[in-house]
Amino acid sequence: MLKTLKTLTYLLTSIALLLSFETGAMAAKKSKTLKKTQKMGFVRCGVSQGLPGFSNADASGNWTGVDVDLCRAVAAATLGDSGKVKFFPLSAKERFTALTSGEIDVLSRNTTWTLSRDADIGLTFVGVNFYDGQGFMVRKSSGITSVNQFKAGVSACTNLGTTTELNMRDFFNSKGIKYEPVTFEKADEVVAAYDAGRCDTYTTDKSGLAAQRIKLSKPNDHIVLPETISKEPLGPVVRQGDAVWEDIVRWSLNVMIEAEEYGITSANADSMKSSDNPAVKRLVGAEGELGAAFGLDNDWSLRIIKQVGNYGESYKRNIADTGILPDRGPNQLWTKGGILYVPPAR
Amino acid sequence: MNHRIKNIIPQLLTLLFVVAVIGFFTINAQLNMDERGIDFGYGFLSQESSFDVQFSLIEYDGSHSYAKAYLVGLLNTILVSVLGIIFCTIIGVIVGIARLSPNYLIRNTAAWYVEFFRNVPLLLQIFFWYYAALRALPLPENTEPLFGVTYLTVKGYYIPRFIWENFDILVYSILAAIISIVFIRNYARKLQEEKGQQTPVLLISVGLLLIFPAITFVTGMVQLEVALPVLKQLSKTSFIYAEGLSIPPELLALVLALSLYTATFVAECVRAGVQGVSKGQKEAAASIGLTPNQILKLVIMPQALRIIIPPTTNQYLNLTKNSSLAAAIAYPDLVLVFAGTALMQTGRAIEIVSITMLTYLTLSLAISLLMNWYNKKIAIKEK
Repeated sequence: MLKTLKTLTYLLTSIALLLSFETGAMAAKKSKTLKKTQKMGFVRCGVSQGLPGFSNADASGNWTGVDVDLCRAVAAATLGDSGKVKFFPLSAKERFTALTSGEIDVLSRNTTWTLSRDADIGLTFVGVNFYDGQGFMVRKSSGITSVNQFKAGVSACTNLGTTTELNMRDFFNSKGIKYEPVTFEKADEVVAAYDAGRCDTYTTDKSGLAAQRIKLSKPNDHIVLPETISKEPLGPVVRQGDAVWEDIVRWSLNVMIEAEEYGITSANADSMKSSDNPAVKRLVGAEGELGAAFGLDNDWSLRIIKQVGNYGESYKRNIADTGILPDRGPNQLWTKGGILYVPPAR
Repeated sequence: MNHRIKNIIPQLLTLLFVVAVIGFFTINAQLNMDERGIDFGYGFLSQESSFDVQFSLIEYDGSHSYAKAYLVGLLNTILVSVLGIIFCTIIGVIVGIARLSPNYLIRNTAAWYVEFFRNVPLLLQIFFWYYAALRALPLPENTEPLFGVTYLTVKGYYIPRFIWENFDILVYSILAAIISIVFIRNYARKLQEEKGQQTPVLLISVGLLLIFPAITFVTGMVQLEVALPVLKQLSKTSFIYAEGLSIPPELLALVLALSLYTATFVAECVRAGVQGVSKGQKEAAASIGLTPNQILKLVIMPQALRIIIPPTTNQYLNLTKNSSLAAAIAYPDLVLVFAGTALMQTGRAIEIVSITMLTYLTLSLAISLLMNWYNKKIAIKEK
């Protein structure tokens, strides 16, 4: 009896050892952030404090928007469920510190990709999910129809600690106009100040202007001027130093865009497994072993498409159908006259 | 020997502990920053800041360095603190004395003021003044003038601006007046002590302060022009007042909130100080025939001040530190400009936060030193 028990223990121990060795070998490929994420059971995602179309919470706390969808895609890829995301609403001022200090693992918060941010402060931009540019909003009654009509003494409201603050200076400087910058930490405070007449113009990314206009007391009394004064490529950001995690986030975004290119939608993703096109088959996990490179299974991309949808679906659901920016402009696929062009997933 | 070791060991252990804690935090920060590819250094201070600030006491724009931006923020913090301290002292002294008034209405109004403003959180009061009171002001074009030449609008408080010529001569004349006042006061005291003769020092002082600068005007050495605010149209429906001086509503709201809030504490200090002087002192002073004014000035106040100054110093320090709430309403103080925008644009969190903390520490210590010096000056000089 005692002997059998001993043998049994021995056997169990060796199985356990073998198993742990096995998982150990797998884990070697996994990133630290991925391991931590899977252990916690949710993706920690930094979003805005409320920008309709990009990241906005409804009354019951459900987050929607294209920035939110990116985080959901990462959750679908790494945890198998797009719902397993914990959102951290951050001000422009807090966002980078939250990421570098490890409070969040993905920052998907309409953040402009610039050289100094990418190179200087321990961040890595993984791609662009919205091509934007800075514009100005004014009251229709002011009669201003172009940025060239601004006069010295104009007061401009915007967000603190943004590229907008810098572009605004470049712009007014190049025109030789003395202006009064009024900067708030929260977008809602900027909108309120502009609405109360504290400022003559409200300047931020054009998508932001379109989205925030809804919050004004009389949205139709305001217009966005046609000029665009800067390039604002907005995209997700990760911490520097975890190359595999960086790849996971980058390719979660790329998969969404490429899925649209090949016509794969959340509705038809499963049936696409029997497609003749190898590129399509790779995207839905029916061919190749793309997930293995990240330490993920082979259905990671299929889950993104099924649970979140492709980029076009996300855009339509969040930005076009809500009336914010019905026209996709540059955020159209390269095959349809836009500039969305991602490397092939193979 | 044994005794000395006994004394030294706890101190050594404490020192070791402090060094270990600081060392741990430094190494920890260093390791984490290395891991995340963040470098550490103060070199960014000399770089071009490339952002503008709404309101600055010195000449500044985005082509200046981050160090200059820091200075702009610091001066704005000092400005709001100094204004706050002046106003809270004035209001505090008045309300504090009013609380002791024999008049029922005055006494109770003062008491209600203190109880109300002291018990509503400061941030809420700042929000009230900024978002409720000042946001409800009219647009510049609809504003009726206040005191004839100033305009209180939603975009700011526009006041006339003084354009001085040879301003330094005026300053010298005032300095000369002050120096002569000091001499006259000393002489008057001597007269009082030796011959019991009284001189109207206050009248003479005020007179000198007026006459000296007036001479510089009359002789044409100093000239003053006043630029009145003039309504200027920026577009069909947007106006501002140009020419004059514009005080941003953010500054107004902050000074209002800080001084009204801190004044309640100052008022309580003043009340405590006056009540701390025993009643017998007052009665004794009255019995030798001093007037009520003289009693307050010569007997009560010199003794009350000793009780008032130390706790009031705390209130001044609080006010200075509370001024950092400015960031909540877009007043460009040190926290908003330096620990806000500059931090965001450079990403140098540790460097900038450390500088900001050191700055507030230095400011507080400076106020503390000044008040301690004053406290010593008015303390009882034991003979």
